[in-house]
Amino acid sequence: MSILKYFHTLRPKKTAAVAKERLQIIVAHERNLRDSPVIEYLPELQQELLAVVRKYTAIQDEDIKINIEKDGECEILELNITLSDENQ
Amino acid sequence: MAKIIVVTSGKGGVGKTTTSAAFATGLALRGSQTVVIDFDVGLRNLDLVMGCERRVVYDFVNVINGEGNLNQALIKDKRVENLFILPASQTRDKDALTLKGVAKVLETLKKRFEFIICDSPAGIEHGAIMAMYFADEAIVVTNPEVSSVRDSDRIIGMLSSKTRRAVQNLPAIKEHLLITRYAPKRVNSGDMLSVEDVQEILAIPFLGVIPESQSVLQASNSGVPVTLDKKSDAGQAYLDVVARFLGEEPPVREKKGFLTRLFKN
Ligand SMILES: Nc1ncnc2c1ncn2[C@@H]1O[C@H](COP(=O)(O)OP(=O)(O)O)[C@@H](O)[C@H]1O
Ligand SMILES: [Mg+2]
Repeated sequence: MSILKYFHTLRPKKTAAVAKERLQIIVAHERNLRDSPVIEYLPELQQELLAVVRKYTAIQDEDIKINIEKDGECEILELNITLSDENQ
Repeated sequence: MAKIIVVTSGKGGVGKTTTSAAFATGLALRGSQTVVIDFDVGLRNLDLVMGCERRVVYDFVNVINGEGNLNQALIKDKRVENLFILPASQTRDKDALTLKGVAKVLETLKKRFEFIICDSPAGIEHGAIMAMYFADEAIVVTNPEVSSVRDSDRIIGMLSSKTRRAVQNLPAIKEHLLITRYAPKRVNSGDMLSVEDVQEILAIPFLGVIPESQSVLQASNSGVPVTLDKKSDAGQAYLDVVARFLGEEPPVREKKGFLTRLFKN
């Protein structure tokens, strides 16, 4: 390895590379949202799910997380409900 | 067949108006009947960049409302044959444009012009949608910078969902990526996204790159589209973009290696 190359690898990542990485992530995320027609009823679904869970146990609004991922032709609805210790 | 081309970006200040003026002028220089329309209602600026601000009598909205006819509103460029400008209204708000009104004006223009260039306002709302709605092709103007790239991606999403071609299930709008305000030195030092980076992220066909150049400000200061400044690197780059748009392969001027690679694919 030449001296120059050696110093090159020691240098921290350039900002353009950081920008590219961040953009790839956010753009992929936003395209997913855009391509999911389901997204329109998502907030309502979230509220209704909250109501159902609350029939059985006390949870906060932020204890429910809902997410849609696209995997090829498939759409995956991911639902996470966190129950606090005292409810278990 | 007349072609309607929208120059769009989402983000403001990236070079849409500069590009609209330079590109329209370049097409007219090549002998095509060309009109460039300012869709930025309330924030008219294309007239200044084209140097015809004192000749505006009637505007786009006047024509839509029947307060003046199209021939009265069209301004013929004094330097370039075949080039006309349709200015935006300075006094109304963006909602003054309606799909029906815009359609009517475009239909009339299509009978007379080969190319109709629509200079979009910034944003993703009504005005931007009016500018892109009837387009056959789109030039997506992007600066090598995070917010511009992200906004361009949103605009690309809108081109394929909110336009006439999308709504009526017609063949999709033909998209072109134009990267402007590019500073090769900063790319080389790793502080600016490269052409390849932006192209990889946005993934639409590449049309060209315009360097960051002092001549752009000088051109707009004097109301001369930068394509008329023979000494300007940006002007030359816009002329190359026009040639490429017309299906030619213009000689690559700078950075031979990486540009030829780009055009080969
Ligand atoms: N290639 C370039 N080099 C340097 N300055 C530029 C370039 N392109 C545009 N500008 C400047 O950027 C500013 C915004 O350009 P403009 O075309 O009005 O953008 P938009 O219409 O997208 O808002 C103007 O001051 C213009 O002179
Ligand atoms: Mg503008």
